[in-house]
Amino acid sequence: METGKQVHKRLGRRISLSTCIPVYLSTCSLLWLLPLTFLAIFFFLPLSRILVLTFDTSAFDPDNFRIAGSALRFTFYQAFLSTLLTLLLGLPSAFLFARYDFRGKSFLRAFTAIPFMLPTVVVAAGFSALLGPRGLTHTLFPLSSFQFIGTLPAILIAHVFYNTTIIIRIVGTALSSLDPKLEHAARSLGADTFHVWKNVILPLLRPAIFAATLLVFLFDFTSFGVILLLGGSKFSTIEVEIYLQAVRQLNLPVAALLAIIQLICTLVFSILYTRMTSRSVTQLAPRSTLIRPKTFRQKLFVTVLCFLLYAFFLLPLSSLPIRSLFRLEADRGQRGEVQYGFTTDYYTELFVNRRGSVFYVPPIQAAFNSLGYAGATVVLSLLLGYPAAIALAKPTRLEKILDPLIMLPLGSSAVMLGLGFIITYGKWLTSPWLVPFAHTLVALPFVIRTLQPTIASIPQRLRQAASSLGASPFEVWKQIDFPILRRATLAAGTFAFTISLGEFGATLLIARPEYPTIPVAIERFLSQPGGLNYGQSMAMATILMLLAIIGMLAIEKFRLPNTGEF
Amino acid sequence: MLEVRNIFKTYEGRLLLNDISFTVAEGETICLLGASGSGKSTLLRIIAGLEVPDSGLISFNGLDLTTTPPHLRDFGLVFQDYALFPHLNVNDNVAFGLKMRRVGQDEIVQRVATSLELVSLTGFGTRKVTDLSGGEQQRVALARALAIRPRLLMFDEPLGALDRTLREDLLNELRMILHRTKIPAIYVTHDQEEAFTIADQVLILHEGRIIREGTPADVWMQPESAIVAGFLGLGNLLDGEVIAQNEFQTENGVFTVKCAHTHSRGDKVHLLARPLPAGDEANFVSGAVADVIFQQDRFKVTLENGLYIYLREAPEVGQKISVPVKVECLA
Repeated sequence: METGKQVHKRLGRRISLSTCIPVYLSTCSLLWLLPLTFLAIFFFLPLSRILVLTFDTSAFDPDNFRIAGSALRFTFYQAFLSTLLTLLLGLPSAFLFARYDFRGKSFLRAFTAIPFMLPTVVVAAGFSALLGPRGLTHTLFPLSSFQFIGTLPAILIAHVFYNTTIIIRIVGTALSSLDPKLEHAARSLGADTFHVWKNVILPLLRPAIFAATLLVFLFDFTSFGVILLLGGSKFSTIEVEIYLQAVRQLNLPVAALLAIIQLICTLVFSILYTRMTSRSVTQLAPRSTLIRPKTFRQKLFVTVLCFLLYAFFLLPLSSLPIRSLFRLEADRGQRGEVQYGFTTDYYTELFVNRRGSVFYVPPIQAAFNSLGYAGATVVLSLLLGYPAAIALAKPTRLEKILDPLIMLPLGSSAVMLGLGFIITYGKWLTSPWLVPFAHTLVALPFVIRTLQPTIASIPQRLRQAASSLGASPFEVWKQIDFPILRRATLAAGTFAFTISLGEFGATLLIARPEYPTIPVAIERFLSQPGGLNYGQSMAMATILMLLAIIGMLAIEKFRLPNTGEF
Repeated sequence: MLEVRNIFKTYEGRLLLNDISFTVAEGETICLLGASGSGKSTLLRIIAGLEVPDSGLISFNGLDLTTTPPHLRDFGLVFQDYALFPHLNVNDNVAFGLKMRRVGQDEIVQRVATSLELVSLTGFGTRKVTDLSGGEQQRVALARALAIRPRLLMFDEPLGALDRTLREDLLNELRMILHRTKIPAIYVTHDQEEAFTIADQVLILHEGRIIREGTPADVWMQPESAIVAGFLGLGNLLDGEVIAQNEFQTENGVFTVKCAHTHSRGDKVHLLARPLPAGDEANFVSGAVADVIFQQDRFKVTLENGLYIYLREAPEVGQKISVPVKVECLA
């Protein structure tokens, strides 16, 4: 028989068990000093060094301001045009996906999303393979004299290619989650189609459209690889100018000044974006209102837009692997005569260490370096991301303040991170170990944002139920949290892996020549003369594209359905 | 007024509406009553113009409206989940239909005020609709539909999302408003209590067909089919076989029912045994008491053979009882 005291004691233990779950979480949240320390060393310290450099040297030279001014003007100019064009393609596409049901729809939607996850070098290489001087169009139609690479349209089109999916996702989601009854109510009250859009649908979509537009603008504003590789020497945005000043001119003060300007701009956009998304109206009761195109106008709209999207997204992506397997060049001495032919030379050459080639090692070594860096990035970013995500899933007031601090690297550009590393840890640049740290900085916000919703989605009641059934805090974690988080962990890890594989901006600044990564190798091949170098860049880019697509598929498979991604 | 004639509608090969015809007269409230999936909402959407029938005719005052788009029909529509515009406040929601009709600003203000007064929401005009309670939101939706002075009001399970007491209050108010404004109305619901409270005429829909129509009292007194009696929960349904003129053999004994139909020996019929004791009846429901449930002014007594009966006094569980009841033949 239990005495009353024993019962009380037993119940007391139970009670303390169930109330200790928040305790268990908050002890974990002490752990997130770890990611904060990491950020302090590798982000905030370099950032402060950049700031110091801006203020205590000759940064405020009128010449520097002239450079900054023209870079800033062009940055805004191209970002504005790119965003406008992206909206032009994105809004009708969002409507297409939100309202119509047609064959191959989910495939086409997935297809439009691929570029967003592709490394910039792959996209640049893809457009080069399609429209560049050695690309398919030029060699197949040798008489055409148009220039694409090195022009503003090249930059703009690549940006549209990248970011259309953002509009499709954000605006399309908002559109398809609008309660169709609102439209029905408006119609029954006397509104025709025009007024339904003007007075009901567009006002309700406005926050989503603004948010998507801002995000696209932000990405266009901080774009680096596209502009460096497709724009050529004529165009330099702030981002490119930072790189040029830091690496080519070795003028760190100007680079620092530019970096600060860049940071301020992106911060303003990020704050606006956060404001926008928090204000958007969330509609409940989403119901599928997909219709099959019936009238002639509907059929025409769907067909034309599908064709356009397929052409726009398929051509650059398919040109790359095709070009990497075909020799398309004039033989020496026979200018104009094009030699066609299937070849695997570009791939086999990757394994050969030629004297006088771009590298001191067989080019395929770049792939091994990349994989090594990516593996290290996965481990580092998960180790740092877990404690942060747990703390952010159920934040205390203190942790809420820390949230933007942890997310700040997301708003700052990769080139700026690289610049910070050069200024702060310049003497360790000989070590290949700086690269995974830079990659972790870039990947960490994505890892946290992937883990956090899953952690938050586990109802506290599940943990309480488990502990009331007698599970210790560790068992609660093992039986409840871990099985649910396994998929999210895989998704986050793959995210880190893919980001690290494709990272270009920071790596270009800090990677040692003898430890190139795949994107760095592609950039060097592309910038060298000769058909063989070009072919090898195509081969490398194809390998990277395949790795990135495999990564993407893995993320989609592991990710918790219906969690936001931006 | 409104005439619905021979409406057919199929969806993905399934017949949703099968030859629906009825009319709604001035000031009349018609209730479409049916289980979910009976086609009642589809019918409403066709009348509203949100869907097109495969064949059939919708006309108002003799004018064919079958292919008229919804915004030109002047029919007010009230949804179960209100469908208020979340980006507009109460005033702007109510004024929406008037603005679509390019009504002058002064008249809009005046008509919005009248409509809000009609639903007892005077003073709510500048509130955000998302801050209102469910009942208040439904009043706004009603005011919005009333403001356009519709030729016909349609309700799609308008009270389904509200709790019981609120539902009763709103239902009574709605009844008064419909009487006062004399707007013909079609009210869709699966709740028979709601239907009987508000309707002048009840149409019972089953698998896309109207299987019974009449005033609430008619339908209640003469369900005419086992499906209707079962759906309305009018009493015990018994399967019987004709053994002689007005004599029916069932699992629960022989019943003597005066029946208007002509039957021959051996015919299978459905009988309805009303669950209320009736003193001068020759038929009895008998058996041992299995369960007694308290229901405000009476007890629902379930017998071991599955039959039930309402009694004023609670018998003991296990007690054998025999109660005279009215039994009807449903053919």
